[in-house]
Amino acid sequence: MGEVRVEALRGIDFDLFGGEFVVLLGPSGSGKSTLLNILGGLDIPTSGEVIYKDHNLTTAGEAALTDYRRTHVGFVFQFYNLIPSLTARENVALVTELVERPMTAEEALAMVGLDHRLDHFPAQLSGGEQQRVAIARAIAKRPDVLLCDEPTGALDITTGVVVLDALQRVNQSLGTATVVITHNAAIAAMADRVVRLADGRVAGIDRNSVKAAVSELQW
Amino acid sequence: MVKLPAGLSMLDRKLLRDLWEMKGQSIAIAAVIAAGAAMFVTYLSNFDSLRRTRAIYYETARFADVFAALKRAPSSLEARFAAIPGVEVVAARVVADVTLDVPGMTDPATGRLISLPERDRPPLNDLYLRRGRWIDPTRPDEVLASEMFCEAHGFNPGDRVAAIINGRRRWLTIVGIALSPEYVFAIRPGELIPDKRRFGIFWMNRRALASAFDMEGGFNDVSLRLARGASEPEVIAALDRLIEPYGGRGSIPRSLQLSAWTLENELTQLQTFGFITPLIFFGVAAFVLNVALARALALQRPQIAALKALGYSNGELAWHYIKWGLTIAGAGALVGIAVGAWLGSGLIGLYNEFYRFPILSYHLSSGVAIASLAISLAVAALGAQSAVRNAVRIPPAEAMRPEPPALYRRSVLERPGRHFRLTLVTRMIVRNLERQPVRTAVSVIGIAFAVAVLFVGLAFIDVMDDLIDQQFVVTMRQDATVSFVEPRSPEAAFAVEHLPGVMEMEPMRTVPVRLRAGHRSRTLAITGLPADPQLNRVIDRRRGAVSLPPEGLVLSKLLAEILDIAPGQSLQVEVLEGNRPVREVPIASLVDDTMGLQAYMQIDALRRLMREGRVITAAAVTLDPAAMDRFNATVKTIPAVAGVALRDAALQNFRETMAASMNMQIFFNVLFAGVIAFGVVYNSARVSLSERARELASLRVLGFTRAEISMILLGELAILTISALPLGALIGYLLGELIMGVFKNEVYRLSFTVTPATTAWSFLVVITAALISGLAVRRRLDRLDLVAVLKTRE
Repeated sequence: MGEVRVEALRGIDFDLFGGEFVVLLGPSGSGKSTLLNILGGLDIPTSGEVIYKDHNLTTAGEAALTDYRRTHVGFVFQFYNLIPSLTARENVALVTELVERPMTAEEALAMVGLDHRLDHFPAQLSGGEQQRVAIARAIAKRPDVLLCDEPTGALDITTGVVVLDALQRVNQSLGTATVVITHNAAIAAMADRVVRLADGRVAGIDRNSVKAAVSELQW
Repeated sequence: MVKLPAGLSMLDRKLLRDLWEMKGQSIAIAAVIAAGAAMFVTYLSNFDSLRRTRAIYYETARFADVFAALKRAPSSLEARFAAIPGVEVVAARVVADVTLDVPGMTDPATGRLISLPERDRPPLNDLYLRRGRWIDPTRPDEVLASEMFCEAHGFNPGDRVAAIINGRRRWLTIVGIALSPEYVFAIRPGELIPDKRRFGIFWMNRRALASAFDMEGGFNDVSLRLARGASEPEVIAALDRLIEPYGGRGSIPRSLQLSAWTLENELTQLQTFGFITPLIFFGVAAFVLNVALARALALQRPQIAALKALGYSNGELAWHYIKWGLTIAGAGALVGIAVGAWLGSGLIGLYNEFYRFPILSYHLSSGVAIASLAISLAVAALGAQSAVRNAVRIPPAEAMRPEPPALYRRSVLERPGRHFRLTLVTRMIVRNLERQPVRTAVSVIGIAFAVAVLFVGLAFIDVMDDLIDQQFVVTMRQDATVSFVEPRSPEAAFAVEHLPGVMEMEPMRTVPVRLRAGHRSRTLAITGLPADPQLNRVIDRRRGAVSLPPEGLVLSKLLAEILDIAPGQSLQVEVLEGNRPVREVPIASLVDDTMGLQAYMQIDALRRLMREGRVITAAAVTLDPAAMDRFNATVKTIPAVAGVALRDAALQNFRETMAASMNMQIFFNVLFAGVIAFGVVYNSARVSLSERARELASLRVLGFTRAEISMILLGELAILTISALPLGALIGYLLGELIMGVFKNEVYRLSFTVTPATTAWSFLVVITAALISGLAVRRRLDRLDLVAVLKTRE
């Protein structure tokens, strides 16, 4: 079997502004994850340019990308990706050790409502709790950009709401530009802007004049 | 979970908890490294201790630099020795070998009598008085006796022993027990290992000894101490010229003095052995660590991706995972050093049995300890680096995605045209092994190494048996060798032949010589034997019994290497007795023999070279067992007899002493090899378990029984183990050949031989290790938490 070349994204032109909450909406295979990886400095596009403030990420080397991720980006993964051998507090501290003016692990966990589960290991936490630890881990470094890959994909509605609430609070109180990718259209209502992806292209961008509170979301 | 100290970085916490989580595997790998480090420390600390002790002893006891024996020289010659440029101290002595009649021992022993100055201590080769007192110069029968001999016979100061001096029995009273730097390894010339019971050294008043041996106003042995920077070869040449008219036997440097030479050979061997064997163990450890770490890292793929996404750099992650290796290795090395120190102090006790120093204390130098730690860490870093590099190189985005399902195919056994009907479980096993040929090969090689180290360790028993067989069965067919004080006429042979109990007699003629080839030379004795000796045979390790050609020399292969000479070329032979002819003698052939450095000639050719008649210096005899006692009793009283070497006694002595020391080393090797075998196999089994836990749990959920899923894992382990056995034997054989090549020294050479029993034992141990590992894994499988395994995404 030979290799098949798959183009995940084509001709994307898209700006992300400081402090805004963007939902990237699209079905499976629409290129959401690839876009997020590129925004987060995990991947480099084969053509085109990605500019973060005055840094050109397309031409950046391995070290520069690491540095970008380290100082500016917070990641929240669909499957949490917590380090199973570290407690909630330690998973967050993993990141606070990397940067200069982080919040404490306790503060970060308090922001996501987990200040009572500091010393639990991932295996002792529910899925929603694990995802909130992941959010705490992502925001503890006070990132400029928070990128969330299907943060509620593995969760039920009630738990998903708690997680989204945490994201919204972080966005509002810290002013962190937040990108959430999802295939769940219901989440779009809480965003400043909704970017619809289909077949690797931007199919449309909507601006919500009124942002819905998380408790008002329905799916 | 373990409580960890604050201030530890998060990655280090992760490291410690991960290690704790895989503690079975960590311990298995650490044990392999510990085995290597322990061996390293055991051997090299002994080497170090012996070398230090030797240096101090030689210095404080004023051990001489040059030694020479001669027939008889007047005391006036001493002043001329002192005048040789570079000579600092001269010690002239009278030395004589006699037959001893030890109370309670039927067979004869050899006593070496050495003169002590009338007053003061000996200027060179000073004695260390262990017990008792110094001799009283006014009492001619008082002697100091060597410690080993006294120990063997339970002699204490005040006890007496009889020496046959010129056919007359003379009682010597032991007043003190002494040690000498010349006899750290107290061995009769021509023998391999010290015979405590049959070789004693006695130091006595010079006047008393000189009068008994007609040496008044003269001496027959000299040792010299050289000034710093003096040229040893020049002094030896000058000394040789001076003693030649007095029957000089050729002077030798300290490095060829029998005790010093044997000790040096032992030290060299200990050093190479202490280096090569652990090296093999460390090599295996690096390999196992690499395999274990590569697989552990494969399981950490999502974690590596997450850490990278969080901003950890490749360098930081690489260092984190290298530290896995270093932590395991460090812990292993510390245990290894402790075990090595303990075993080392035990081994030194064994050296104390053979090598007599005033104090031989065990000393583990920080150098040896640090070196073993450093090597362990280097090995771990080496083993870890490729695994870590591969893991860290994964692009973070790729690592974020779940690993795609592995690509399986029908196995070789299932291709069309082959009519195997395999069960589902068998198919899973075979397909899995075939899908990852590299990993399968790596596992097989890992287990094969375990087989190999065991194989080599156990083979040493066969090798020692072979050595004993070569020396005491194949080579020596005589029951006893009777040697004379001086070369004797044929009547002596006749007298020996008619001793009670003698059945066969074969004459021997040994001539002290110096062999020269260009600037290389060696002082030894040429042994003259019949063309086809029946008793004292010449045995080549490959060709078997060798006939001696009518002309020319037959040399030990190693001696030819030392002299850098080949058959067809000629050697200059300087005879060191009689009228001292100097002849060119061609090398007829070489013999790849087992022990010592030998030079043989047909006895008649040797006699022609000496221009002498049917002279003999020794006779090999076979004895009627029923007449042993009468033989022993009679032979002791013959004045011309300098000593009798009994084969059975030598064999027994060899077994007791040499074998004791080798057995201890063999025991260490096998012990460590067992640890490795278990470590490797257990590790393999655990790695497979962690890799496939999810798959196996899924099968359980689908309704497979515990026995069925165990079969998948254990069947795989069984196939790996069985394929590793023959490969391991092959690797072991190659390693054995390698070690034997290194083991070659001037005292003895070993041949790598393995019996089927050894092979079977090494297989059996590995199979047992596999079974125990299998059971341990099986227990874990039984406790597999299905829900937990399926819930988490790995």
